[in-house]
Amino acid sequence: MKLPADFTARADEIIARYPASARSATLPLLHLWQETFGFVSGQGVEWIGARLGLEPIRILELVTFYPMFRQAPIGRRHIRVCRTLSCALAGARDLYAELCRRTGAAGDAHGPVTSPDGEYTIEFVECLASCGTAPVAMIGDRLIESANTPDNIEACLGKGD
Amino acid sequence: MPIPERRLILRHADEPGYSPDIGSYLKHGGYDALRKALASSPDAIATEVKASGLRGRGGAGFSCGLKWSFIPKNNTKPVYLICNADESEPGTFKDRQIIHKDPHQLLEGMAITAYAIGSRLAYIYIRGEFPEGARILERAIAEARAASFLGKDILGSGFGLDIHVHRGAGAYICGEETGLIESLEGKRPYPRIKPPYFPAVLGLYMCPTVVNNVETLCNVKHIVGMGGAEYARLGRPNNTGTRILCVSGDVRRPGYYEFEVGAVTIGQLIHDVCGGVRDGNRLKAIIPGGSSAKVLRAGDTFAIRRRKADGTVEAISLGLEDIPLDFDSLADAGSMAGSGGIIVMDHTRDMVEALANINEFYAHESCGQCTPCREGSLWMKKITARMLSGRGRASDPDLLASVANNIAGRTICAFGEACAWPTQSFVEKFRDEFDARATAPAKEVPRAA
Repeated sequence: MKLPADFTARADEIIARYPASARSATLPLLHLWQETFGFVSGQGVEWIGARLGLEPIRILELVTFYPMFRQAPIGRRHIRVCRTLSCALAGARDLYAELCRRTGAAGDAHGPVTSPDGEYTIEFVECLASCGTAPVAMIGDRLIESANTPDNIEACLGKGD
Repeated sequence: MPIPERRLILRHADEPGYSPDIGSYLKHGGYDALRKALASSPDAIATEVKASGLRGRGGAGFSCGLKWSFIPKNNTKPVYLICNADESEPGTFKDRQIIHKDPHQLLEGMAITAYAIGSRLAYIYIRGEFPEGARILERAIAEARAASFLGKDILGSGFGLDIHVHRGAGAYICGEETGLIESLEGKRPYPRIKPPYFPAVLGLYMCPTVVNNVETLCNVKHIVGMGGAEYARLGRPNNTGTRILCVSGDVRRPGYYEFEVGAVTIGQLIHDVCGGVRDGNRLKAIIPGGSSAKVLRAGDTFAIRRRKADGTVEAISLGLEDIPLDFDSLADAGSMAGSGGIIVMDHTRDMVEALANINEFYAHESCGQCTPCREGSLWMKKITARMLSGRGRASDPDLLASVANNIAGRTICAFGEACAWPTQSFVEKFRDEFDARATAPAKEVPRAA
């Protein structure tokens, strides 16, 4: 993959926020890579390691630990459904099942599942910290509150965007 | 009869026309407390915070002034301030409100705190699932720099502070302060053992570090604004100030509410503030301080100590709904005020399903460093899951309790307790349900698993 023109400059701007230790920039650089390319590839692990003067394993061990990083592409539309207690009490499991049914994705647990057409990736995740408006979901970066109303299920699926 | 809130931290958050930009903040007296602080000495600020009695709003309820005072007096290393905005405790959603609606309040609290502890560089560790919050904070930091409330020489005082936003990536353990520090150093967030790694002495990059919660740091601004003694008049002795209570689950009006600490009881919060239990159902149980807090059962009586006006303490017996929502009363009741997240469950709820849901959370979030927690949290999840699927055994409730008892107190960080307490308390207080479910066939559709 080819880096966008300003990628290195953006990476260096991030590294400068951590004058005491460039290693601190690992997590933000992984975010930058994933936001740019959709997932963290082996190339990404090696590039970040080289930029920070670290062995690639120091980068990879974070990719495999933190739930938000992924090592493979996902669908165009990423739907995260909160499964933790308050959302569960408010019907998160039914919401998740409905989204899977509507998109054809087959899932029943943590981890991303993608619809056969590659359009949607649905993921059960832990508490999204909006328990008062449960059940909640995230579409990309956007929080959807009371996500199980008919209108909001459509919003999750991107109708009306 | 609704009980009026006492909004200090969320005073402006939901006001019509109030926006997160610096113009709106300045129109409402923003950064006045920082000016006041810079005209005073760092020690004087620390003294005010001590006098305020402020206790941390993240979970442990530890004295904020005391935490600051642990920085060694003869220190020559850089001092770091970290704002813990990794709001992840299930049932808690207060920091999101502050960050989204009033970010400058947090920055002002951080600038004052940094001045008081002698920090020149601060980080806001915000959970990865708050991308919008991170952008709002970045924007607010740029505004504050442009207006000389942050930067090399704040308001010509000679004091300088930079704040950077650092995003997490979906791991609950990063809310534990030493795990957070490891994460901020670019490592896996395995918590450090205390002693020796008390952050105030050996924190970020082995330098003295103060880690404070978002709501705690906002309180610092108000303490400086009104004075520590005046602040201490809010709430109750040893439980001062206001508290944001986040209510979710089976109430008619879930949401966030701010009261003086201890000003409302559990019953008042549920019935008068939140409109009562949904659908006319009966209250069965509450989890009072985020999902780690031990569950409390309706119908039980609790021995609570109450501090009288003359300073003496009397022991009284209270039902669940009469317990005041303050740190000490909830501790007396055998649980904790924790992060202020209150999850309400009504009589239709299946406690085995609820615990199975919680156990899945902790099994997913254990960092894996300590064997009792890594293995135990997984086993607790597996046992409650098999009880739901009709493959339970009569001995499972005892086995659950045994596993939990072998985690608590045997791990590096408090996650051990956080994952053991739900199982210990659910099994103990709803033993009949667990016994019945252990040998029952599966229900057709688990509702809350």
